[in-house]
Amino acid sequence: MAQITRREFLRDGVAAFTVSFAAPAFLSDLAVAQGARARNLVVVYLGGGNDALNTVIPYLDPFYFSRRPAIAVPAGQVLQIGSDAGRKALGLHPRLTGLQTIFNEGRLAIVQRTGYPNPSRSHFQGLDIWGTANPNSTAGLGWLGRYLDALPSPVDPLSGWNATRETPRALVARTVAVPAIPDARAYSLASPNSGVEAQNERLTATRIASHVPVDRPHLSFVNGTVGGAFATLDRVGSVNSYVPTATYPNNGFAQALRTVAASIVRGIGTRVFWTQTGGFDTHSGQGNTGGGPYATLMGTFGDGLLAFYTDLRNQGLLNDTLILQFSEFGRRISENGSQGTDHGAAGVMMAIGGAVRGGIYGNAASLDPNPANTTLENNGADVRYETDFRAVYSRVLDGWLGADSTAILGGNFRTGAPAII
Amino acid sequence: MVRENWQVEHLLRRAAFGPSRTDLARFAESPTSAVVEYLIEYQRQPDDVDTYIGRPEYVSVTTRGGAFAPNTNIEDARQRWLFRMVHSERPLQEKMALFWHNHFATAYSKVAGFAGGLQGTKMMSAQIDLFRRYALGNFRSLLIDVASDAAMIVWLDGRTNFRARPQENFAREIMELFTWGVGNYTEQDVYAAARVFTGWNLQRIPPNGSNNDPETDYQFLYNPGQHDTSAKTFTFPIYADGGRTIPARSAAEGIQDGIDFIAALARHPETARRLARKLWAFFVSEVHPADPAFVEAVTDEYLRNNTEMKPVLRYILRSPWFNDPDVWFTRYAWPVEFVVRAIREVGWTGFSVDAARTPLTNMGQTLLEPPDVAGWELGAGWFSTGAMLARMNFAATLAANQRFNLARALGSARTSPDQMLDYFLFERLSPAPFELGPYRELLAYVNTATPWTGSDAQVNAKAAGVTRLIVGSSEYQFV
Repeated sequence: MAQITRREFLRDGVAAFTVSFAAPAFLSDLAVAQGARARNLVVVYLGGGNDALNTVIPYLDPFYFSRRPAIAVPAGQVLQIGSDAGRKALGLHPRLTGLQTIFNEGRLAIVQRTGYPNPSRSHFQGLDIWGTANPNSTAGLGWLGRYLDALPSPVDPLSGWNATRETPRALVARTVAVPAIPDARAYSLASPNSGVEAQNERLTATRIASHVPVDRPHLSFVNGTVGGAFATLDRVGSVNSYVPTATYPNNGFAQALRTVAASIVRGIGTRVFWTQTGGFDTHSGQGNTGGGPYATLMGTFGDGLLAFYTDLRNQGLLNDTLILQFSEFGRRISENGSQGTDHGAAGVMMAIGGAVRGGIYGNAASLDPNPANTTLENNGADVRYETDFRAVYSRVLDGWLGADSTAILGGNFRTGAPAII
Repeated sequence: MVRENWQVEHLLRRAAFGPSRTDLARFAESPTSAVVEYLIEYQRQPDDVDTYIGRPEYVSVTTRGGAFAPNTNIEDARQRWLFRMVHSERPLQEKMALFWHNHFATAYSKVAGFAGGLQGTKMMSAQIDLFRRYALGNFRSLLIDVASDAAMIVWLDGRTNFRARPQENFAREIMELFTWGVGNYTEQDVYAAARVFTGWNLQRIPPNGSNNDPETDYQFLYNPGQHDTSAKTFTFPIYADGGRTIPARSAAEGIQDGIDFIAALARHPETARRLARKLWAFFVSEVHPADPAFVEAVTDEYLRNNTEMKPVLRYILRSPWFNDPDVWFTRYAWPVEFVVRAIREVGWTGFSVDAARTPLTNMGQTLLEPPDVAGWELGAGWFSTGAMLARMNFAATLAANQRFNLARALGSARTSPDQMLDYFLFERLSPAPFELGPYRELLAYVNTATPWTGSDAQVNAKAAGVTRLIVGSSEYQFV
């Protein structure tokens, strides 16, 4: 149902940017003026519902071990990061050595128990809620889309960069179709001919797509996509020659971050990047004693971020960059019968960057299933949220992107927002 | 031959993979009702399309050393399906298999991660064959066979759904995605449904068989020892008398729990409505929201026919909603539809479907690898800038490959730019109508070769260039 509504939105929202694509050269200049060396936000989405309790581990909570006999990470293996305000000892998953490094440099903020009231345990509904920033609506514009819409008009088509194939709800905007560029090398134009003949063909295709058809908004929408492709081709192409200063692991997530670093270094004008890494829907065979499939996921996540962080730091761009990590929900506290965990409630968010005030925010849950334990919900099965994710968004919008969070989030969520920046 | 039978063409774009030149000739004088029957009663046509693979007059496949092995090699399985979509005499069967593949979206990578590439391919091929078998079959029976399908049991972790620790993955998705959708059930229903399917597991035959042995097989196994025999109570009726509790049963009879539960979901009007809305988007329009009268009429047809899909499809294809000219070209072509239609229209002699595999991934649709259990993001969701570039670039690849065939087929139409453009726009290819402005741009493109001499060099370049422009246009991205 949410998907039909998304289509409906795209249908209704298309006319605006079809017109704006008419002047690509002008927009490129605009991008340089608007965006180069501006602050940027890199979103990292862990797809599938990350098991927050095995990411940031309450390794002295006896119920952590009794409720997770097969998948608990032994206390001796966790990476120490100290305790939260409630004196609850916490450690990172042993494969998050990269994050521990960043934490020790004071540039990693961990916000525990993030979520919202009556959380959805559906992947799709959950992700859409994190996208719209409205638990009562999974349709319409995304929170980052609304941020892009608030930029001075016309908005440059490269103001957002989605490094995955499908446009996430969060990036659905009214005035701009955020390009999907999972691999900048594939973002190029072919022709059956060459030379002048190919140039004429590109010119003709551009002109056809800049035509606004009568009464066919869906056709306008695709024309807008064609226009967006032509308006961004050459700038995206410029990142292909990038030579990073750090070694990125050879997986999709790290390579996407490498491309993001390239476009930040090249200053091509992008404000918001979206990256993700999947496989977190660990219903079975999560692994044990800190090894197995979940450890691989953690390694992909932490090693990729460390390479990215190091690359930007080496080039003096860390102060321009904020990385924000989330997942659509946390997982059930007790493991299931297949050494995995089912869908749960509150999760963990992280922020990394030169302007980040590192540390542990919020209070860890007690995992005691006693009904009197108010840090849990669902009969003690799931972690109850403490910090509304929109409070974190508000801090990012107000404190980093220089926007008005109350306008973009449709309400004031500043109260209780963790001071991560 | 100029195309004239627009209503039939619309039918063939939606309920098939676009009209081929053979189809246009065959159905030029046919009433739509006859073509509907041809498509729906597809069992009247032979199911021998696989035997054409490798013959020179059809689109090619590419093997990587050794024989073509669509049941054991995943790339060959993808090529085989594309081949069938291009050439099958039962196009609606393939189209519905594609619809069900998206509806019950299962990804090869997880299945192969469990049992290796060879067994993963076998299981995925078997699942697609299941969708072909039930293309227009009974939805309840399809659900039961999907619930006991080997690939699905791996995909949604049914193989680890044990009595002592029920596993909710399949239980949740059968309600959220396969039948009636969120809003109709509670979390407690999910937990109860997980218990219903305890014991719906998998076995390897023979038990110690190697995953690399094509003779080894993974099959459904109901394991009574792992079934939770206690009663399960839901917030909605399971039985016709309104009863909400699946009674406690002996372990031996416990498989009936799942059948009762599926039957209840299948016959629920909300399931029918959700299917009706998906069928509206697939067959009628993605631009117009589903007409409530259509949804209720299709729901009624589905329930009256005991969840049989064939009468439902016949009803839709004959309905005034489907046959309204306002809905022509109002559905965004899926990448595989775009590729298959382009091959059928531009030509295939000397072209291999293998050349479409990487472009399809860049367009956002790798067959047998949907992004998640909700399937692909359809409609406008297909059209990111990167995906549109991939479509334009596939048009360029195909046009370059077919350059000489296209130039040769022009015949006397090569004598002037206007005739040449008209040949491609109105005879050879079937884009949505170009308005005058874009039409003039196309004509100006052909006219940049001045003076027009009709030389081979001119015709070869322009035939390929204008084909690329039309197939890569926004107008061509709709069916």
